Amino acid sequence: MSIHLSNINKSFGAFTALGGVDLNVPAGKLVALLGPSGSGKTTLLRIIAGLDEPDLGSGSIAFHGEDVTRVPAGKRKVGFVFQHYALFRHMTVFDNIAFGLNVRPRRDRPPASDIADRVHRLLKLVQLEGLDERLPSQLSGGQRQRVALARALAVEPKVLLLDEPFGALDAKVRKELRRWLRRFHEEINLTTLFVTHDQEEALEIADEVVIMNQAKIEQVGTPQEVYDRPATPFVYQFLGNVNILRAPALAPAVTPGAPALVRDGQIYVRPHDIAISPFVVGAGGVEAEIRGIHAAGPQAKLTLEQVSNHELIEVELSRSELVGLDLKLNDRVGLRLRRSHSFSEDYAI
Amino acid sequence: MAVVVTSTLVKPRALAGAPLRATQDPRCVRRLLIGIALGFLAFFLLLPLAAVFGEALRRGLGAYFAAVGDADALASVKLTLIAALISVPANVVFGVAAAWCIAKYSFRGKSLLITLIDLPFAVSPVISGLIYVLVFGAQGWLGPWLIEHNVKIIFAVPGIVLATTFVTFPFVARELIPLMQAQGSEEEYAAITLGANGWQTFWRVTLPNIKWGLLYGVILCNARAMGEFGAVSVVSGHIRGETNTMPLHVEILYNEYNFVGAFAVASLLALLALVTLVLKSIVEWRHARSHAA
Repeated sequence: MSIHLSNINKSFGAFTALGGVDLNVPAGKLVALLGPSGSGKTTLLRIIAGLDEPDLGSGSIAFHGEDVTRVPAGKRKVGFVFQHYALFRHMTVFDNIAFGLNVRPRRDRPPASDIADRVHRLLKLVQLEGLDERLPSQLSGGQRQRVALARALAVEPKVLLLDEPFGALDAKVRKELRRWLRRFHEEINLTTLFVTHDQEEALEIADEVVIMNQAKIEQVGTPQEVYDRPATPFVYQFLGNVNILRAPALAPAVTPGAPALVRDGQIYVRPHDIAISPFVVGAGGVEAEIRGIHAAGPQAKLTLEQVSNHELIEVELSRSELVGLDLKLNDRVGLRLRRSHSFSEDYAI
Repeated sequence: MAVVVTSTLVKPRALAGAPLRATQDPRCVRRLLIGIALGFLAFFLLLPLAAVFGEALRRGLGAYFAAVGDADALASVKLTLIAALISVPANVVFGVAAAWCIAKYSFRGKSLLITLIDLPFAVSPVISGLIYVLVFGAQGWLGPWLIEHNVKIIFAVPGIVLATTFVTFPFVARELIPLMQAQGSEEEYAAITLGANGWQTFWRVTLPNIKWGLLYGVILCNARAMGEFGAVSVVSGHIRGETNTMPLHVEILYNEYNFVGAFAVASLLALLALVTLVLKSIVEWRHARSHAA
């Protein structure tokens, strides 16, 4: 089921959490709401779920064309997974998952045996068979996360909303679980919206990424679109490391064929989009000296200083490249930008 | 320096026979501190408790049971139970409602409400009693109207219940507010998104999460309700067999030099205190376990 939001505003006192947000989430897609903390993404998710209300008189929320702005949370058929899972701590895994079915009015409630069947099917789906009698406190973080997911799915929601689904997990479990979520999404094919502040996570598993900043949506697109063609400087900076350089100094370094740059603009370039070669007089490129080499991890990080204007530039290259170049501190090198962007008020490359 | 370091690492083990941890004091200091604490406890708590039972049983079991079975004594027990039976449930309902509002919602005047809940703790019990005399007494604001309609509050059972309720007002709420604040509202939100209505959310999610805290608050509230002296004394009028609660009855008997009677009734209150302590420990233990589980 698709989600359609138009002109959603929300303020808490003087603070604007959402300033006129419009968004379309196509049916069956896995969409990431990505942004720094305080950008309004969780508030937006809670408004979609009906846990918060948009400001009076502003905006509308529609599920599959049907207006649900005034529909209370319990009747929206939304599955919500909370950041800290919010499992009912005094109930077993089984009772947690069965909760949404057990609280239905008697005439809509499936018989107990059907509920048990459904709970066991869900436990199998989230790979937690045999844990139905455990209490939430006896589960690991990743297991709790999946119980919360099963509980949300038990009521057969039309839309699944996840608030920072991997936020409280350690790095290794996070990676496993997000790949699992991607596969899981392909299996159940439910419109899913998840909030995250981790760009790597969003780019890796989402069909579409919605980037938010300061109560507004900056850009919507596939991971590749937003990464390769960021619409705003914010998006560019948020999706990875970036060097922001004064344009004129770098003019000679820009790859031939790239569009002309705004004269007094700035150039945005990712550290891994800069090529280093030994400095040769007259060969072009930017002249720079090496000020720091950090070679821990798969990528080596270099800090360089431009000779002409003393601007610092971060460069990333593979360890083997670093070894091949045989670089040392204070070596003079030439830099070339393989890819770069520049933004002006109404013009973006 | 090196020599000093090795000696501190090795010598205490050799001397005391057991390793001395950084947070442990030498044995003599430990014994002294424990001794002081136990001595204090014995002198201020155990000795009076023993004295209560000793005095009560000084003339033998027969005199003790005669004193406890006295009609006025029984009437005081009954009145105490009535006061507790009304004020404790009233404060449970109020305490849960107030804690729910304060912990789960933010609204204007919230800190004022918290301060008001603490008022009975801050005010002397005698003043609490006097408030009701000033409002409901014969010379009070509502006095003439009440007399006209033949309603007796002061120097009657309703006054005692009111005073007891006022004094025990903070116990349940105070116990629940921090607990509910720590638990947050996420589980309630989860219940709502799963389709539960407000009533189901309260009974199935909120109440089970606070039950041990609530029980603890009820036990403390009950102990205070039965033991309250000051506020009740002001509104009671000390009518024997009618408006005397157990603590008031103890005072009257004592003032009449009826020591066996006074201490016999006092021993009932002391027994109540002991039962309360045992229940409190059990609840604390269960509460800790349900948190650890």
